[in-house]
Amino acid sequence: MSTFIDALQFIVERRELLLEKTWEHLVLSGAAIGVALLIAVPLGVVLGHLHRGSFIAINLSNVGRALPSLAVIAIGLGFLGFGFTNVLVALVVLAVPPILTNAYVAVDEVEPEAVEAARGMGMTPWQILRRIELPLALPLLFAGIRTAAVYVVASATLAAIAGGGGLGEILFNQASYRVEGLVGAAIVVSVLAFAADALFGGLQRLLTPRGLQTTVPAFEPDVVPAGTAVGR
Amino acid sequence: MNQEPVIPDFGEAASCVAENRYFCPDWVRDNWGSVFQPALIEHVKLTVIAVVVGFVIAFAAALVAHRYRIAEQPFAIFSAIVYTIPGIALFQLLVPFTGLSVLTVEVALVGYTLLILFRNILEGLRAAPPEVLEAARGMGLTRRQTLLRVELPLALPAIVAGLRVATVSTIALATIAAFVIPEGLGQPIFAALRNYFKTEIITAGVLAILLAVTADLLLVLAQRLLTPWASARRIAT
Repeated sequence: MSTFIDALQFIVERRELLLEKTWEHLVLSGAAIGVALLIAVPLGVVLGHLHRGSFIAINLSNVGRALPSLAVIAIGLGFLGFGFTNVLVALVVLAVPPILTNAYVAVDEVEPEAVEAARGMGMTPWQILRRIELPLALPLLFAGIRTAAVYVVASATLAAIAGGGGLGEILFNQASYRVEGLVGAAIVVSVLAFAADALFGGLQRLLTPRGLQTTVPAFEPDVVPAGTAVGR
Repeated sequence: MNQEPVIPDFGEAASCVAENRYFCPDWVRDNWGSVFQPALIEHVKLTVIAVVVGFVIAFAAALVAHRYRIAEQPFAIFSAIVYTIPGIALFQLLVPFTGLSVLTVEVALVGYTLLILFRNILEGLRAAPPEVLEAARGMGLTRRQTLLRVELPLALPAIVAGLRVATVSTIALATIAAFVIPEGLGQPIFAALRNYFKTEIITAGVLAILLAVTADLLLVLAQRLLTPWASARRIAT
């Protein structure tokens, strides 16, 4: 228990260090999630809309989800050297699979009746995508984004071994920061992970049309994307 | 263990290592038996022990929670808290209690499997439709018979799906454990980081990825074999 109190004390006393590392952590994670979103969401949504490419969207992504983060960062380090870019690339590689799979499954599994009805009303494919499929796909789509966001924030701690900065620099340096620094930084990482999840949860609520709004479920750190998951 | 990349040798292998090229096949061949093979075997052992122990604990907890709903929250909260602790931190924090030993790695790895396994097993057990349970009762099955013959078989897809995620994430976390305890495929990665020896970093990284992907594929196969009735479409491939 005293370790915990020491850790809180560390957070208060070394707040400037923590703020600096937290900022680095956020910039890195934010950039990785941003790039991953730009790649995975359009690709997944378009493939899902066309009901094509399930092999890429599901199989390749499943392999992608199996990638150990340290191994990906290590390989990136070998090829790209130390620094921000290497870690960014590695984190994007880790973040794309859950977003892509969920975006694909979400749009692919929109009820065909709803799409048929929209087509019967004379909607163009673009309108169908924009006004029917996307709103209905939002919950699953966001489930994938939230999984990826939490995963990226947690994995970004490993950036420190590759010169990417962030809170991992404290976690990997117990010799300098002692146990209280370790626990303090761990607490900050956990809080950031929850905050990232809450952020995208809030965004999901904002984007969901009122007619479709139900309560947004709390974060489920279940890495099985809902679409591929268990017998529900 | 000799980690020095500078090997007194002549010819191409030595120049490749001296120039620190991306991949020196000769060096990997020479050091396969002393570096990579033991690390790979250790890694598999670490993973199997962690997933088996984690499964036993999570299964017991899920059975209790299935029977007594009140038991669900405490275990779910406990395992969720463990799950949010960053890996590097947990491995280091356990050292004062369990020492610089394999036990430290295993305790942490088991801890990380609990949430996923518990969730999936419990969801699986609860997935039995009420009609089926009614029918089971109508046939005069006891509670235990219902569990063994109805609920557990119906829970299999969810259980194997959970095992799959738990195994793959354990393989990933076990690489990080090498920062604290020199075991598994993370060990050559961290060792080679000190002098930025690319061949060793990349080889160990690729091996870890291959191990994770192989384990994933084997479990998919197991899933298909164990639950032939589940339509192929719904099951994660």
